[in-house]
Amino acid sequence: MALALENLKIALDGFELAADLTVKGGGFIVLLGPSGAGKSTVLNAVAGFVPVASGSVRWNGTRIDNLPPGKRPVATLFQDNNLFPHLSVARNIALALTARARPTANETRQVDEALARVGLGEMGARMPGTLSGGQQSRAALARVLLQDKPLVLLDEPFSALGPGQRREMLALCRDVLGGAGRTVLFVSHDPEDAAQADAISVVIDGTVSPPRPAAEVLEDPASPLRSYLGK
Amino acid sequence: MARRAGTIAALFVLSLIAVPIGAVIWTAGGIAGLSAADWAAFRFTIWQALVSAGLSVLLAIPVARALARRRFRGRAALITLLGAPFVLPVIVAVMGLVSIFGRSGLVNTVLAGIGLPPVTIYGPQGVILAHVFFNLPLAVRMLVHGWLAIPAERFRVAAQLGQPVGRLLEWPMLRRTVPGVFVVIFLVCTTSFAVALILGGGPRATTLELAIYQAVRFEFDLGGAATLALIQLGVCVLAMAALIVVEAPDALGAGLDRTVERWDGSPRLDGLVMALAALFLILPLAAIILSGLPGLQQVPVSVYAAAGRSVIVALASMTLCMLLAVSIVTHGQNWPRVVATLPLSVTALVLGTGLFIVVFPFLRPSSVALPVTALMNALFALPFAVRILSTARDDAEAQFGRLADGLALSGWARMRVLILPRIRRPLGFAAGLAAALSMGDLGVITLFASGGQETLPLAMFRLMAAYQMEAAAGAAVLLVALSLGVFWLFDRGGRVGAGA
Repeated sequence: MALALENLKIALDGFELAADLTVKGGGFIVLLGPSGAGKSTVLNAVAGFVPVASGSVRWNGTRIDNLPPGKRPVATLFQDNNLFPHLSVARNIALALTARARPTANETRQVDEALARVGLGEMGARMPGTLSGGQQSRAALARVLLQDKPLVLLDEPFSALGPGQRREMLALCRDVLGGAGRTVLFVSHDPEDAAQADAISVVIDGTVSPPRPAAEVLEDPASPLRSYLGK
Repeated sequence: MARRAGTIAALFVLSLIAVPIGAVIWTAGGIAGLSAADWAAFRFTIWQALVSAGLSVLLAIPVARALARRRFRGRAALITLLGAPFVLPVIVAVMGLVSIFGRSGLVNTVLAGIGLPPVTIYGPQGVILAHVFFNLPLAVRMLVHGWLAIPAERFRVAAQLGQPVGRLLEWPMLRRTVPGVFVVIFLVCTTSFAVALILGGGPRATTLELAIYQAVRFEFDLGGAATLALIQLGVCVLAMAALIVVEAPDALGAGLDRTVERWDGSPRLDGLVMALAALFLILPLAAIILSGLPGLQQVPVSVYAAAGRSVIVALASMTLCMLLAVSIVTHGQNWPRVVATLPLSVTALVLGTGLFIVVFPFLRPSSVALPVTALMNALFALPFAVRILSTARDDAEAQFGRLADGLALSGWARMRVLILPRIRRPLGFAAGLAAALSMGDLGVITLFASGGQETLPLAMFRLMAAYQMEAAAGAAVLLVALSLGVFWLFDRGGRVGAGA
């Protein structure tokens, strides 16, 4: 399994992004770079939320940039608005399996299991507005688990959490998503988050470099990243 | 699915406008055939609309300024009162004005007491008074939005600099806002029919709309009516074009509960201005309730039957309007929304005349009076419904659209999971507004209905015309109760459980 961005070019409102890289399946890869560098744009291109100017996005060799977002092998955790506020937590999670108003007994069981895995066992009946930020993130993660998509994109979903909770959520993601064999692309501008990744792909001024082992990048950053990391 | 439904809805709306207008154009004679009375109606329509709009805006400026800068107990109630003319049936408000300014009304009683000659509400002055009554609140709402759009920091800077707020901040805002407010009210007044029907008439106070009605109902001159309708259409299209140039201000938007922090002006003067405005709006309504409650006993049984028909027409009209509005706002492209604004540039009497011409060779017009009324009421509520729902739908898509895309929610599933729950509150409000507007409508029904198909406003008008004023006041109370009742029912229905 692998994600390949082949000669990918994106042009949006005067901003241009170029990427040519391959991400091996099953890893936890961080896209690291300063704000406005184009990290989220990469995820949006993979998820199908922005048009590709040229090049292609492939998953296991199959081109996916011509597919609508719902048909791609991709699940995304956004920065906010991950849960529909008018639906209960359980209904939000059940949307990964069905759009029906009443999930079947089997679907309900799967929802309960997913909730238990992220530590929200008793909270299915609650409305999202009554949960804390961390709990909302866990609920959204539970849905991603059920979505059965091999590629998971995390677009700074934990940026509103405190440092401790953020570390905790990243560890949980590694645990439940890594355990399920998912490939995770995680956007961050925080080197501390990046240290938890298997590999880091540096994004600077619209250029995405191929992933390298996290320790290697953080120990010996490329020159444009050096000043950003303060080294 | 949503796109196809939106396209069908927009094409349906387009045909509802294009077919009657086509019939009007086909039937209309040249302007050479217009009589002196027809030209007088044209001149009066323009003149009264200019004067009504001018007076409404002039009077609204001090009221809006006072409302924007003062926080006081009862402010929320006053803002609610300013919204009342949106849902209040025209005929009820006009009857209320007659109770205050009519021959035996409060004003003439006071004038007689101090030995002054009486005033009459019938004629041009009555038409203008009623238009100011309806449009003063509209103008106030639009102007208050203008005041609230000025950032609070600028008032602080002006206060710190000791600069006059009026010249520095208010005058530039008014220069931008007033032209739009004026044109909106001018447009509303040129299309006014029920006010002219009750308070106008005769060579001095007949509007184009009233002249169309008289040509169809009394002279059965369909060619003449079509020519007048074409002129009315031209006036509306020009006013709409002017509105595009000057930009229409917001009248339906929320947020009037805020005030701007100010350090100038006299609180007492502001209080007096607001009290006078409130009195002007409350007195006619209070007079109707006071005289109408005893009159309920004198309401003939036929009026209750008319009330039943009005409720059925209102529910049918509301349902159709909501189906069209939801289909149009979820289409995803802008052109259906543009089509939905087209009813603003035509009038009920213009389309009614066209439909009358279309229907007449095949059917007895009275046999389709109620369906045609429901259809037209849905059409004329549509621009408001689309406006109200568009913002909510666009917000829902902006916030959760990508999430729904990621979950492959499309078609009916997307509508059920994302759109309908997120637009539930404005949907209830729009449904209430559409039902209330239909309940109080006295337009197309006057062209089509004969004895057996009258709606409640028409039954009330006929009681007034027969000088059965106590029974008419009773019918007015019934009409107010039903209009506000349907509005409350749907608006409340949209709010229940929509807190998330």
